[in-house]
Amino acid sequence: MLYRENGQFKTSYRADLQLLPIAQDRWFVLGLLAFAYLGLPFLASDYLFRALIVPFLILTIAAIGLNILVGYCGQISLGTAAFMGVGAYAAYNLTVRVPQLNFLIVLALAGFAAALVGIGFGVPSLRIKGLYLAVATLAAQFLLDWLFAHVKWLTNDSASGSVSTATIKLFGIELQSPLRKYLFVLTVVCLLTLAAKNLVRAHAGRAWMATRDMDVAAEVIGIRPLHSKLSAFAVSSFYAGVAGALWGFVHLGAWEPAAFNVGLSLNLLFMVIIGGMGSILGSFFGAAFIVLLPLILNQVPLWLGIPLSTATQSNLESMIFGSLIVIFLIAEPQGLARLWAIGKQKLRLWPFPH
Amino acid sequence: MIQLDGQRSLANLQLGRLRRQWPVLALAVALLAGLAAPLATRAAAPGFFLEVLLAGLMSGVLYALVALGFVLIYKSSGVFNFAQGAMVLFAALTTARLAERMPLALAFLVALGLMIVFAWLVERLVLRPLVNQDPVVLLMATLGISFFLDGFGQIVWGNDIYKIDLGLPKEPMIVAQQTFDGGVLVSREDLAAAGIAGALVLALALFFRHTAIGRALRAVADDHQAAQSIGIPLNRIWVIVWSVAGFVALVAGLVWGSKLGVQFSLSEIALKALPVVILGGLTSVPGAILGGLIIGVGEKMAEIFLSPVLSSVFGMAGGGIEDWFAYVLALLFLLVRPEGLFGERHIDRV
Repeated sequence: MLYRENGQFKTSYRADLQLLPIAQDRWFVLGLLAFAYLGLPFLASDYLFRALIVPFLILTIAAIGLNILVGYCGQISLGTAAFMGVGAYAAYNLTVRVPQLNFLIVLALAGFAAALVGIGFGVPSLRIKGLYLAVATLAAQFLLDWLFAHVKWLTNDSASGSVSTATIKLFGIELQSPLRKYLFVLTVVCLLTLAAKNLVRAHAGRAWMATRDMDVAAEVIGIRPLHSKLSAFAVSSFYAGVAGALWGFVHLGAWEPAAFNVGLSLNLLFMVIIGGMGSILGSFFGAAFIVLLPLILNQVPLWLGIPLSTATQSNLESMIFGSLIVIFLIAEPQGLARLWAIGKQKLRLWPFPH
Repeated sequence: MIQLDGQRSLANLQLGRLRRQWPVLALAVALLAGLAAPLATRAAAPGFFLEVLLAGLMSGVLYALVALGFVLIYKSSGVFNFAQGAMVLFAALTTARLAERMPLALAFLVALGLMIVFAWLVERLVLRPLVNQDPVVLLMATLGISFFLDGFGQIVWGNDIYKIDLGLPKEPMIVAQQTFDGGVLVSREDLAAAGIAGALVLALALFFRHTAIGRALRAVADDHQAAQSIGIPLNRIWVIVWSVAGFVALVAGLVWGSKLGVQFSLSEIALKALPVVILGGLTSVPGAILGGLIIGVGEKMAEIFLSPVLSSVFGMAGGGIEDWFAYVLALLFLLVRPEGLFGERHIDRV
């Protein structure tokens, strides 16, 4: 009863094209943003920002990127973490070698560096697909991983191969406290989400979806597969690169060569599957789920009075991830985002049966 | 728009051919550079070279064992089984822990039984609901299975490194002392492993060729629908094939495990089997074996002869080429010959 669009008429093309056509949705998003910017800073503790909210937001960016590639364009990738790594190392080298550069520019350039590498490894997708592409992207993962550890120039000749970053300065403000970091990351996430949301309903996104659904048919109606696939790789890697730079600079601060390993890539893929393939909203759900699950597994046994060892916890975690993936693929291939959409649909009629 | 000018179209054709074949040229150049590397370093004594070759062949045999499991499942059900590595780990862990309490042979049989139960469960719970889905969906499902199995195995059997003693001879021997200076060091354990792998391949070949089930498996591999229409039960065939893959995983796990100890990294080493099957062709058993050998030898050679070059020319910290060599080789292969060495040519518009 509360959630219905009766009486909301669209009288102009602009109104018809807007991102959130239903007034309740607009209010909900506005309320959520207001809460995130004005409410949460007073409610959440520093620990919560550091351990939960900031990682969640950063991983969301990477998941959106992977979702564009896997969910919208239908190209599987097992190398997202490596592209994150490209972004992180690019940002590190830029800040070390050109210290006067504004961090926002560094972030954008890190994204572009990752996009370039992404296009390079996307080239095989023009000849191969599916299973074969999985191996090609795995090659990217292992090769880049190795390069991060072995090319000394990338780590500025650090002896151990690990890298540590200075505090980010943005227009004279130091991003030192978790709260400031949170607000910065939140802003980046909002901007990138808006961009992605618009991108997938514009020409580019439609070309991706057509390629995903049937590449031959897409080619027949005049979509160039070269353009659509490589642009999906580029945009996806751009997001991964920005996420990687943020992950390194804002979340980790200092990292070792193994920080961007294949495990992270697989986790990102799980976020996309569980959250919902082909849904920007799903990327948020997926990232939240993957960040929350270890914490829940940590806390619940404590409340129940049966403390688990860390090894058991991580094993339990991978068991739960594994079975959830199979369950989602069988029961709800469109993931949590689909459940959300079903809930909304039900809400339109509630409390009436018809 | 038909091009009638013969001269010009011929020129176009040749240009097109050149354009299409540049990856082959690039590959040839890369391979030549790889072969020239040992000559350039000059450090390689022929005996040492042979030792590296043998070590590579041995690890290649083990890759081939894991790859065999992939090929079996892919051939019969079109599923790219990411969980093969987890199966290797689980089977090896089960045998290793059970062997602490009972004779090895009994532990082996119990583990084999468990793998058959696992195959049945996978068919029932995962493959049957997902039948006719996109191969990528099935790939992701097996990724899920592999995570589940990794976690499950370690919760049940523990996280440490366990030993399996197969009773293989440990001490290495030195052969061909007359021919080369210092002789060539050969590990007897590796020889035994190679023998086991060879016997397994032979047994599988006989099984496929001469039993009714084997013929049914080959029929399913050729054409699902035709096989079903003449009364071969697909579901049961899948259980059998996953069981056979489980058996192969068990053998691979035991051989790997007795060499390196049974530990989590077994599951990751098995990731190397992916490039092996790409190289050999997804549907070919001989391809899996040859691919395994090529990758095993290639990465050992690259590690020994290429990394000094890299570190001297580019100033990189050496080592670790083994981590990516197989994948990059597979990537190059994908660009040039996606069907692999022996795979069926499968033309697909991309």
